[in-house]
Amino acid sequence: MVLIPSGFPLFSIDKRNAAAFAYSQLQSLNFSAHCEAATAIRAALLIQRWYRQYAARLEIRRRCTWNIFQSIEYAGEQDQIKLYNFFGFLMDHFTPASTERNLISHIFRKNEFCHDTEWERYFCYKSIEVTDSYTGPHLTFPMTFCGVLKLVEAIKHKQQLHARYVLQLFGETWRLLRIFPNINQISAYQNKQITICGDLHGQLEDLLLIFYKNGLPSPEKPYVFNGDFVDRGKNSLEILLILFGFLLVYPNDVHLNRGNHEDHIVNLRYGFTKEVLGKYRVHGKKILKLLQKIFSWLPLATVIDNKVLIVHGGISDTTDLDAIARVDRHKYGSALRLPKPTKHAVNGSKTQTIHNREACGPVEGRRRVCSLTNYSSGPTHRQDLPRRSLNNEQLNWSLEKELKKRRRLAGFDQSYGELKKSDCDSDLESGERTETDVGEWKQIVDVLWSDPMAQNGCIPNEVRGGGCYWGPDVTEEVLGRHNLQLLIRSHECKQDGYEFCHNRRVLTIFSASNYYEVGSNRGAYIRMGPDLVPHFIQYQASRTCRELTLRQSVGWTERSALRALREQLFIHRSDLISAFQELDPNNKGMISLMHWASATEKVLNLGLPWRVLRPQLVSSTQYGMVDYQQWIRELSITEPKQEISDNSILETMYKNHSNLETIFRIIDTDHSGLISFEEFRQTWKLLSSHLQTEISDKAIADLAQSIDFNKDGVIDINEFMEAFRLVDISAHT
Amino acid sequence: MADSTQSAEAIVSDVHKKIKAAFEAFVYESNNSVDVREIGTIIYSLGCFPTQANLHNLIAEVEEDHTGYVHLDKFLPAMTRVLLEHKFPSIPEDLLLQAFEVLDKENKGYLEPEELTKYMTQEGEVFTQEEMDEMLTALADHEKNLVYYKDLISQLTIDPDI
Repeated sequence: MVLIPSGFPLFSIDKRNAAAFAYSQLQSLNFSAHCEAATAIRAALLIQRWYRQYAARLEIRRRCTWNIFQSIEYAGEQDQIKLYNFFGFLMDHFTPASTERNLISHIFRKNEFCHDTEWERYFCYKSIEVTDSYTGPHLTFPMTFCGVLKLVEAIKHKQQLHARYVLQLFGETWRLLRIFPNINQISAYQNKQITICGDLHGQLEDLLLIFYKNGLPSPEKPYVFNGDFVDRGKNSLEILLILFGFLLVYPNDVHLNRGNHEDHIVNLRYGFTKEVLGKYRVHGKKILKLLQKIFSWLPLATVIDNKVLIVHGGISDTTDLDAIARVDRHKYGSALRLPKPTKHAVNGSKTQTIHNREACGPVEGRRRVCSLTNYSSGPTHRQDLPRRSLNNEQLNWSLEKELKKRRRLAGFDQSYGELKKSDCDSDLESGERTETDVGEWKQIVDVLWSDPMAQNGCIPNEVRGGGCYWGPDVTEEVLGRHNLQLLIRSHECKQDGYEFCHNRRVLTIFSASNYYEVGSNRGAYIRMGPDLVPHFIQYQASRTCRELTLRQSVGWTERSALRALREQLFIHRSDLISAFQELDPNNKGMISLMHWASATEKVLNLGLPWRVLRPQLVSSTQYGMVDYQQWIRELSITEPKQEISDNSILETMYKNHSNLETIFRIIDTDHSGLISFEEFRQTWKLLSSHLQTEISDKAIADLAQSIDFNKDGVIDINEFMEAFRLVDISAHT
Repeated sequence: MADSTQSAEAIVSDVHKKIKAAFEAFVYESNNSVDVREIGTIIYSLGCFPTQANLHNLIAEVEEDHTGYVHLDKFLPAMTRVLLEHKFPSIPEDLLLQAFEVLDKENKGYLEPEELTKYMTQEGEVFTQEEMDEMLTALADHEKNLVYYKDLISQLTIDPDI
């Protein structure tokens, strides 16, 4: 036993006092040889203790960063739905003057045609010529495996597919999807491993990484893609081309579920619309319209061996797979809004409309004779579709034949005037909203938008603004009722790419890595064999992030999150200052940290741990007090958009800039990027009534003048946004 | 007299708020409990530098028997005592530097990964392999693959004041 100078025997140290002991020991630097080893141990203890603290601090910062991104993301989705509801409200209740009526009537993208043949003519690619200057891939149809490979290679080499081929590929996809049932029924028989992927959100690198690690889709390697292929990332279109390409080649082995982002209204806001119009300036609008149809025809769910249910969002306490199997899923072009109810008319006369909607032509009889989706005497399972790869011509013929046969049997007449059944989109006639319609709509929204929660019960999902939060008891009840053992869903980003909950009865799978920022999360996919046990493969798509140290990786993500958060704080600065002043009755200009945290939460309503975040947001505090005016000023210094002057109109616009951009895109019906001054004024009026702020015509005219677009009477959207430095920087990269 | 009582109460109240805020960042359910595996992180985030032994003892005090959860009701008083009594004080920079220098026997000014690994995984409250990998990723200079501890200490010491 070694005695240390201070008199404490080494081996009887109570670990509880190790800290104090280490301190006292290292104070005395004259080490004798006997002490050396002991000292090294104590040094090690100290370093370990210090490092663990440091790592834990990093972890908590990462956790907060995560919460920031999530809360801002969901708040954005909520805005979207509010916006849509705003327009819905107007449509339902407003009887505007005639000029404004024309404007509003555009908003829900009225269908000019009702009949599929009309649509087919509109979408026809045949008139689009491929000139010699085109250097991209040439596709031939029907699609073959080699054709898809060629397409994937071309996309990898950043070649852009010609609009003609895009329309052709999407046209074929549309036709194929229409004969699929609402719920894909598949099986992991014969030792097949099924691969299940979650959200991709336009991140092509992740899809390519999955194919690289796991292999391409084939009859031996079936895939399920669980929705949200588009929006946010830069390559949503390329992902669709690849997924639909494989779908056309292997319709029995590639299964696509619809996600909440497969929705043209959501796309207006989250980038997909912009991407398409940017890449295809001439034909973009047509492509988008065709995609709108395709999205509405995407199946809603996939079931493996009657035991595993795969849907994009989740379930609610009223989820009923039989009901879902029966709906006319294509009626729901956008799941955000209940489609206008349909009149059960027998004759072909036009119905009168009370709500100033322009009727789109002859009425369709909504009382179905039978529908394509639940036609029972033909094959309802895709296993029965003949396989593609070898004998292409034969397959093409048989699909066409199949389609024709079904239409005939459905009482479907080809001629425009005698239409008995339509499979065009919704929002046509006014009338009584039936309970069935509402019930059906709810089934779909719940399945696309819901999130799990830890507590029992089922409550509306107010964070997203659609669907619900469902608890473990609902999982048990719904799975039990349908005799299922597992629910696989996506919809929420997870740190490790996947996460179990509800007693491992619910599994979230998310395949977009680095979703919020480089290093923020891994992506993952599932492989599942006949035993239906999920196995996970994780990855992270960016080369750079592997090289980052832990600290740097957290730092990057954190910086990005904090920037986003500072932006939000800046946007709300007037409200913040008012809230602070309420807590500072003597006008000292200072409030306590506690008050700062509670007031900020009250204004921003993001549910973030402000006290924990404080060191990153408030640079200086004195004795636990914050000089809030200075803090707000500092926010504007660090915020690059600070040049916006303190003008209430501008601030209101800036606060709602993403809403405003969405509105502009909706108003700009021909997607030309130009709107007239009159349309601009009306837009402003609509927005101001929704926001309950008063803005005079003169103020709007002044605003217009300051942007100087009176010269030609039209506004280029980009110019307008640029004027307020609201242009998305990514559009220029 | 009244004033000093006031300020004592205010101090305790402030400490309570700090603890609640840190705790709530890890609450995912509505029952005001956190997973016991997060307690260490919460304690560290409040600016404390406990040893693993310290942590185990504290957790034993506050865990709801064998549930794997810790409720705020038990955590709050225990943690308040910790903070008010400064039970797990931070490590001053100079002390940390000395500790590194002790391990750097040849006084090179840096540590090689193997050296550091040997100590961290064999002495004291040893690191798991995962912790060791993370530490090297975090601390080692990328190009030279050496741990320049002097620079690190100043860069990495984080302001513990919440």
